[in-house]
Amino acid sequence: MLTEFANPEKFERIARIAGPAATVAALACAATGLYFGLVASPPDYQQGDTVRIMYVHVPAAWLALFAYVFIAGASVVGFAWKHPLADVAAKSAAPIGAVFTALALITGSIWGKPMWGAWWAWDARLTSMLILFFLYLGYIAVWEAFEDKGRAARIAAIVATVGVVNVPIIHFSVDHWSSLHQKASVFRSDGPTIDPAMLTPLLIMAAAYMAGFVGLLIASMRNEIAARRLARIEAARPVSEVLLQ
Amino acid sequence: MTKRSRRIAILAAALALGASAAGLAIVALGRSVAYFYAPSDLAALPSPPGGTIRLGGLVAAGSILHTDDTVRFTVGDGAAEIDVRYRGLLPDLFREGQGVVVEGRLAEDGALDASRVLAKHDESYMPREVAEALKEKGLWREGADPQTP
Repeated sequence: MLTEFANPEKFERIARIAGPAATVAALACAATGLYFGLVASPPDYQQGDTVRIMYVHVPAAWLALFAYVFIAGASVVGFAWKHPLADVAAKSAAPIGAVFTALALITGSIWGKPMWGAWWAWDARLTSMLILFFLYLGYIAVWEAFEDKGRAARIAAIVATVGVVNVPIIHFSVDHWSSLHQKASVFRSDGPTIDPAMLTPLLIMAAAYMAGFVGLLIASMRNEIAARRLARIEAARPVSEVLLQ
Repeated sequence: MTKRSRRIAILAAALALGASAAGLAIVALGRSVAYFYAPSDLAALPSPPGGTIRLGGLVAAGSILHTDDTVRFTVGDGAAEIDVRYRGLLPDLFREGQGVVVEGRLAEDGALDASRVLAKHDESYMPREVAEALKEKGLWREGADPQTP
């Protein structure tokens, strides 16, 4: 099965339809989710309208973690099975994940000022999330540091694998240590502690972010494949042609 | 060992190294990763900590007292209580029964002279009507979980 998808032609055939479809789904979900989140859902009994920041903050944080796990998984496939498309997928997901992480940090900060009374606190959740952002930047930097893409892919894969230990630390940071950040409201063993009127728009927004991630990932992967193909063609040009330029 | 299983072993070793580095860091940092002390944590310490500390708990009912420019209140976690003195702006969510994190120094008399008061939000989200209905039914649990570690 893996070799099936390793074929860039086959990927291109699927991606040409799946990419735009995911983007359309993302826009439709975002429009619905934002309408319910910002207009139709009730204000919170404590936070008032500030609760609406949650609809952009929480899915961004979920996708920030998901994208990192995706990169680590794709890196394992690319490193162990020598699967070039997996390397392309891992590389392409990194800037998207970094943006989601930054979005979670920024919207969280905007929420924190009126609710906690502070833009930032060095508690376990906020700090581990900031570390995730730096891990993304480091991972992207490794890819840019090496001319040889095969070599860059191998080193980046090890970096991604080492960094993935941060993901469970982020998730459990609010349970293991007393933190200013509240505990998990959705992914918890005794069920969500969010009223259905607020959980529904949150889940629609999560679907929008997820579809947006897939759409951006596919577009970015197609770019990367096209860029590599172009580089190969450039490299194969006869010397005389290059000199005449 | 095939080349592939050797590569998988390299990744497994990288993961194990990363995990043990994180594990050692967590063990070494220990309590200091926690953002605040609960009042009962402070009471259990052999000697009161010097310097700036953070105290987290619930604002005790009926304990808020405004005098001139100073506000006094008590932070408790069900097992112990500590008095707090603070001058400055309080966050919007500050009130009786609210979870708060207070930053400051312990004074000679055992009270905390706060330089910063942060409201701690809990993980429950609901519309006002639902909160009212819960209160009417007597199912209401006032305040946030103080998260005693």
